[in-house]
Amino acid sequence: MDAVFLFGQLFTGLSVASILLLAALGLALSFGLMRVINMAHGEFLMFGGYLTYLASQWVGPQFLWLAFPLAFVGSALLGAVLEFTVIRRLYGRPLDTLLATFGISLILQQAARQIFGSTGVPVMAPAWLSGAITVHGGALDGLTFPYVRLFVMALSALVLIAVWWLLNRSRFGMHVRAVNQNREVASSLGVNTRQLDMLVFALGSGIAGVAGAGLALLAPVNPTVGSAYIVNAFLVVVVGGVGSVLGGAVAALLLGCITALAEGLTSVSLAQAILLVVVVAFLQWKPRGLFPTQSRALEEA
Amino acid sequence: METQGSVSHTVPRPGRSVRAQSVKAAHLGKAALWPTLVVLALLLAPFVLASYPLALLGRVLALAIAALGASVVWGRAGILSLGQGLFFGLGGYALAMHLKLAATPKGELPDFMVYSGINKLPWFWQPFHSAPFALLMVVVLPGLAAYLIGWLMFRRRITGVFVSIITQALVLAFVTWLGGAQGLTSGSNGITDFQTFMGLNLRGPDFSRELYWATLLILGVSFAGTAWVLNTPFGSLLTAIRDNENRSRFLGYNPAAFKVAAFVLGGVLSGLSGALYTLHLGTISPAMIGVAFSIELVVWVALGGRASLWGAAGGMVLGQLAKDRISSAAPEAWLYIMGALFVLVVMYLPEGVAGLLKSRLSGGAGRRPAPLPMHPEVKDAV
Amino acid sequence: MTYRNLTASLTLLLLGNALAQGTVKVGVLHSLTGTMAISEITVANAAQLAVDEINAAGGVMGKKIQVIKEDGASDWPTFATKAEKLLTQDKVAAVFGGWTSASRKAMLPVFEKNKGLLFYPVQFEGNECSPNIIYTGAQPNQQALPALEWALSKGYKNIFLLGSDYVYPRTANLILKKHIAAKGTNLAGEEYVALGGTEFSSVINKIKAAKPDVIINTLNGDSNVSFFKQYQAAGYSAATLPVISFSIAEQEAQSIGPALLTGQYATWNYFQSLPNAANKKFVAAYQKKYGAKAAITDPMAHAYMDVYLWKAAVEKAKSFDPVAVRKAIVGVSTDSPLGKITVDKNGSLTQTVYTGQSGAGGQFKVVAQSGGVIAPQPYDALAFPGKTCP
Repeated sequence: MDAVFLFGQLFTGLSVASILLLAALGLALSFGLMRVINMAHGEFLMFGGYLTYLASQWVGPQFLWLAFPLAFVGSALLGAVLEFTVIRRLYGRPLDTLLATFGISLILQQAARQIFGSTGVPVMAPAWLSGAITVHGGALDGLTFPYVRLFVMALSALVLIAVWWLLNRSRFGMHVRAVNQNREVASSLGVNTRQLDMLVFALGSGIAGVAGAGLALLAPVNPTVGSAYIVNAFLVVVVGGVGSVLGGAVAALLLGCITALAEGLTSVSLAQAILLVVVVAFLQWKPRGLFPTQSRALEEA
Repeated sequence: METQGSVSHTVPRPGRSVRAQSVKAAHLGKAALWPTLVVLALLLAPFVLASYPLALLGRVLALAIAALGASVVWGRAGILSLGQGLFFGLGGYALAMHLKLAATPKGELPDFMVYSGINKLPWFWQPFHSAPFALLMVVVLPGLAAYLIGWLMFRRRITGVFVSIITQALVLAFVTWLGGAQGLTSGSNGITDFQTFMGLNLRGPDFSRELYWATLLILGVSFAGTAWVLNTPFGSLLTAIRDNENRSRFLGYNPAAFKVAAFVLGGVLSGLSGALYTLHLGTISPAMIGVAFSIELVVWVALGGRASLWGAAGGMVLGQLAKDRISSAAPEAWLYIMGALFVLVVMYLPEGVAGLLKSRLSGGAGRRPAPLPMHPEVKDAV
Repeated sequence: MTYRNLTASLTLLLLGNALAQGTVKVGVLHSLTGTMAISEITVANAAQLAVDEINAAGGVMGKKIQVIKEDGASDWPTFATKAEKLLTQDKVAAVFGGWTSASRKAMLPVFEKNKGLLFYPVQFEGNECSPNIIYTGAQPNQQALPALEWALSKGYKNIFLLGSDYVYPRTANLILKKHIAAKGTNLAGEEYVALGGTEFSSVINKIKAAKPDVIINTLNGDSNVSFFKQYQAAGYSAATLPVISFSIAEQEAQSIGPALLTGQYATWNYFQSLPNAANKKFVAAYQKKYGAKAAITDPMAHAYMDVYLWKAAVEKAKSFDPVAVRKAIVGVSTDSPLGKITVDKNGSLTQTVYTGQSGAGGQFKVVAQSGGVIAPQPYDALAFPGKTCP
């Protein structure tokens, strides 16, 4: 195995990690605060992808400036509606929420199929994103870093920083952390927990929309694209530890590198199975993930 | 914590009056009427139904056994497994391996192995030449797998949605492996093209009728057996653990052991169901046992009533029949209907149809889901 | 409750039979929902178009064809149960359907048990010869091998095989590998990605390390979209590393985005751009019914022609009985949109093979075609010696 291949796989690991993180961050957020498993999360990704497609139809090749805000706002609104109509009524019943949101994912998929057709829609990366940085000369001659992948990595880092800032440096974030630690006390001190739940869920959905817009540059936009990401996104959340944004980032990095390693050493088809087994084994060691929420409560999830 | 939201009417509450109890007793005769009618109808079906409806009915009855398993695991033990397809598949594949060998001329390899460039029968296929061994494996393999997975999870006190995600990941890993290991498992095509089973011609005219009787018998035995087990102190303990795992632990029981036992029972039932379903369909493939199957199973059980064996099995049977009908008449609408069912059942019928019927029969007492803490905000009020 | 419903529907069914004396029923069984709907809906449409045309022209042996459409829902056991329903309850004379090998494998025992007749319109891996199935899509020697021959004739020497992880790509590549070895050419590498996979970074990295000069691509469905996006992002193009695909037709080209595919190759028995008269008529009729921009693909053309083949066989047999039709269909020959085709006695077609190059608008320009028609070979002699159809 030569150095170019090795560094190539390292880059693959980082790139996969950035994609996993984008896909999982919104999920981690709502799971952390509300203990809600949103099986329709993948469909928010899909929704963001379709909004990106619409943006490219409306404004032509330089659509990205419109696509990201549109995907964020559109998905956040859809998330808010979902929270208000269904999830709000199921708080405290996470298993039931899981099933209900799975039903919603079926409905959203079928709706996408009927609106946009079961064939996916084409989204082309703008011209300034096509191409790659190529290393010339030296031991790493021929190593390439595609612009699109670098862009998705930057996007992922940006979203991570934004979320971190929001949670740790803003008033909103303070409320979120307060509710996370003790819902009753936070509520008694005047935090409107219901409203906060809705905002967090909408934020998580909005991030999924942004992720969908970014991933449209690398993957198809079609009714079933969400299911391609959802299981791995769950794994990131579980490995990272519930509600920990930092944990999510580390877990994404870890899973991305394991994937790249497994794919590089064995075959790509075997890597997914290896990844799943590794995660299950990992949970034997740390059942609450890398960065569990510390709590004295007996029955915290 | 997350299990508290589920059904819990089996625990007597102080609020329930003596009058309500006697009303319940009065309705008992009425309640026994329906099961009798259903059993009678199932016994008469082969004499009334044409071949396709009978085959369809037999098929969904086979699936109902898996629903019984889901009812034990979820309804009684409070474990929402999204990976029951794994056990279903193990049972199905165990039988399918034997059927494939039986359909292969002596001295030859199963056709898919030849086409995948394999030239020696893999060691784990060897014992499946024997029918009794394969039949044993139909229950042993899923049981062992369930034991291992359950032991690994519950020992580490992994609960709630984590269990759901892990089981889902496991079934996905299994399906991915099955699809990739084409030479050993026939990959995504699945194992198909069976001829005979212990001398019976699977393609003969009488076979579907015989299979129906066999299915009905196995379903009946599974039902009775499961009902009996759940009626023992073991069943009560499962309920106790579901409703409050920590309190059961403080009382001196080891919840992990009981949960593993329930998980194994659920796995074995799923395996039985998978083997029967393989016979009904004449094929088994990874697509039949994946994530979608596992979730659908749970939904029909939820619709019928997760805590009641009648509800779970009935939900599965009626749900599958409805699916057959509606998906033929309006394929586009089917996913909307199913999606909406998921949401509505969970929101308005948390105990399923069986819960609704039960509360109607008992004179309206407990019509609403038990007044358990639906929100963490009030959890200390219990 | 259950059984009352079923008996009621049964009565209805008998009534329906009595009412429909002047018609003959056929089944169309494709995935109308789920992941495969993307490809199969249009194939079902093409079959429906042929039925409509035949009915407008007076039907088959004086009977109008009544289509019973069922949804396989991208779920293989559903294909088996729906096939059983079509054969035992609706008693259809023939079924047109299936796309994936897995769906065909699931239906096969049902058709053999109930002595039905299935027309299967998609290219497949061969190694199967059921007397109850007419395999009209390409056998490996009618798509994969000609593509390899063509690549070798163009001077490509380092071949990379890329596919989705299921039976068709693995078997097709097994055959290709035997032929690559026999011809003394170099196999640069081989990689499979799970069905529906979207991440190709490692694959492209492996391709880069293997330095092939051509890729033979058997990826299925949407994985192609991801692959070509990421292939282009890594700096590849048709000029630097051409890709020959077996599962990308006009419709897939549109959803991938024609710009991504420009200059890439595909091998099929049909392209929308074929200039023959039968094809012009078919394309015009389809686009009139399903929209002027509708793309038309090889499996669609096969599905369309299958209905006509069945009609010809019925008229030759003077019977709707599937067994008689199967017997009569051997040797039936027509001028179809695919050019001249004949049904071989092994139930597959003798047909022409074209290699097309993708251009603007997602259309393929034929750059090479087999010299005359190629007879179907269900079992590759090199890979599976000694196997033949009974």
